[in-house]
Amino acid sequence: MSDVDYLRDFRDAKKIKALAELIKREVKRPINVMEVCGGHTHTIMKYGLKQLLPTEIDFVHGPGCPVCIMPKERIDHAIALVQNENNIVATLGDMIRVPGSKSSLQKERAKGKNVKMLYAPFDILKIAKENLDKKVIYFAIGFETTTPMTAALIKKVLEENIKNVYFHINHVLVPPPVKAIMDSGEAKIDAFIGPSHVSVIAGAKIYKELVDLYNTPVVVAGFEPVDIMESILWIIRQFKENRREVEIQYKRAVTWEGNTKAQEMINKYMEPRETFRWRGIGDIPFSALKLKDEYSYLDAEKVFADILPNEPIDDHKLCICGDILKGVAKPYDCKVFGTACTPQNPLGSCMVSSEGACAAYYKYGKLELV
Amino acid sequence: MKQILLSHGGGGEETQKLIKELFFKYFSNPILEKMEDAAVLDTNSKLAFTTDSFTVSPIFFKGGNIGKLAVAGTVNDLSMMGAKSKYLSCSFIIEEGLLFEELEEIVKSMAEEMEKTGVQIVTGDTKVVPKGSADKIFINTTGIGEIVYEGISAHNIEEGDIILVSGTIGDHGACIMAQREGIELEGDIASDCASLWPLVEDLINEGITIKAMRDPTRGGLSAVLNEWAEQSNVGIEIEEEKIPVKDEIQGLCELLGLEPYTLANEGKLILAVPEEEAEKALEVMKQNELGKDAEIIGRAISDYKGKVILKSSYGSKRVMEPPAGELLPRIC
Repeated sequence: MSDVDYLRDFRDAKKIKALAELIKREVKRPINVMEVCGGHTHTIMKYGLKQLLPTEIDFVHGPGCPVCIMPKERIDHAIALVQNENNIVATLGDMIRVPGSKSSLQKERAKGKNVKMLYAPFDILKIAKENLDKKVIYFAIGFETTTPMTAALIKKVLEENIKNVYFHINHVLVPPPVKAIMDSGEAKIDAFIGPSHVSVIAGAKIYKELVDLYNTPVVVAGFEPVDIMESILWIIRQFKENRREVEIQYKRAVTWEGNTKAQEMINKYMEPRETFRWRGIGDIPFSALKLKDEYSYLDAEKVFADILPNEPIDDHKLCICGDILKGVAKPYDCKVFGTACTPQNPLGSCMVSSEGACAAYYKYGKLELV
Repeated sequence: MKQILLSHGGGGEETQKLIKELFFKYFSNPILEKMEDAAVLDTNSKLAFTTDSFTVSPIFFKGGNIGKLAVAGTVNDLSMMGAKSKYLSCSFIIEEGLLFEELEEIVKSMAEEMEKTGVQIVTGDTKVVPKGSADKIFINTTGIGEIVYEGISAHNIEEGDIILVSGTIGDHGACIMAQREGIELEGDIASDCASLWPLVEDLINEGITIKAMRDPTRGGLSAVLNEWAEQSNVGIEIEEEKIPVKDEIQGLCELLGLEPYTLANEGKLILAVPEEEAEKALEVMKQNELGKDAEIIGRAISDYKGKVILKSSYGSKRVMEPPAGELLPRIC
């Protein structure tokens, strides 16, 4: 792999065309593939891969977008925390745009509240040092991929004895919502494409139980068009050869066990939460993480418990984000898609995040509507 | 270290000193030096007239600074209408405490940039505001140019017309973003900030029929093409692999989840010409340093009216969306 051009080789037209040809030749039956992660949805739409695939292959978009699945009441936590002028709430990227029940962090920032957008969690350290009179709350989001960074930040905060940093943990796990979707029986899914970055950390092993429980192929795939096309081919071949297993397409960085050092660090500070409410899907036991009790003094949910609301809040009546996240509807099925709900003025979370299925359809998929 | 003080904008002795010792030193010309309330200008052709304010942060960036940008930006706006820039006004709004040497460097690079096209600053103003009321320095330039080539318009494009770009896209936007976010990258990402008139002049002198021409600043290539498609009521089909993008810019875009064609440029132009003149236009551009990486990137088509379509090299198509949402503020 010494001469790999990571920018071009995995977008190479010849390879993509050749894979499309093999897929056409080898596909023998309709296959509904759930790409679990919003990043994959994005690649599929951005590179127009659906246009290259035979009609037998259909994509069902999964719940793997950390911003999309965040229930409104947890966003309201962030809004409540930032009302106190002694608090600074810092979070990553799109999170600041997601509307809670009444406001978003972006709107609060415009009102002059202390909201910081981070590119890297470690920027928290600088914010904390520059604002010693304030309490800095890191609103941590993301799947297995981003959890180690939070764990590393906790480690650093403890090592450096920083007293004004707190953690509001919203880290979620991939397998539980996928199981919840399969168990509900609503979505028809024959195979999965698993996100490679999650497995770089958690290993490919986390999908073993999906194969065992539902008899579905799982291919852990990279995010470039060649990666996805190759993964589709592998899924077709599993069916053809009557195999059902977890395969690693993204051999560039994924192993069966994953990054055990990162896993250890996560397990040192965090543990599964009894239950976590997923937007559109509902309560799923042990589907998210929280700080261990011994670190309660860092846990914003405990330290600021008296000001945090916890009533479940329904989505807008016209919004079908829930069904989209469950894989039973597509963005075009939504009455308000592209009309009342756009990236500039999103009603639902799937339109807010750049990784959301609705945002991907809006940005790249319009050709199908022209 | 000498700093700009509120008194430098007070209109009194210190203001006069600043004008004479700094601005005249670099901007000197007979019209400016008259120091009347308004400049008196001679022209005998049709005029183009434009204004722009520059608030870029950081004020110094790789490839230029706010001063160079303030000259090139306004000169480019005039150039895109086929006008040779003649006169500029220049207003500084300076935050008290700006280092004198920083102001001098800005003024000096304005003078250097003006030399490339022969445009002159003929009137100006300086205000100094208390600390916190502005961020270091804001500059407004207004420009007057003589129309050399008439009839350039975003409404002119017809089916079959060819779209060209004068070089790699996204350089300025990526440079500002990387520098502001403190993202250190391999390779040099520098702003492409430059006055485009010499390139435009070549195209005019070589007799190229310029149907539409724009410099893709904020909103990038995508904003310009979408405006053209809409205003000329044509579809525009772009071959994605033909769009020139530097590897390091593409790399930054991958890192931040951006598309290079929504990033700002400050030294590139996009051109629509009749099909039969496309190759010649490309050749003319490539002869000029400002257009050495020029490419033919697409054409106007009758399908998909009002839309820009990106064609991949492996046969899929998608819409090139106009940029929307929170664009990077204060990029120019």
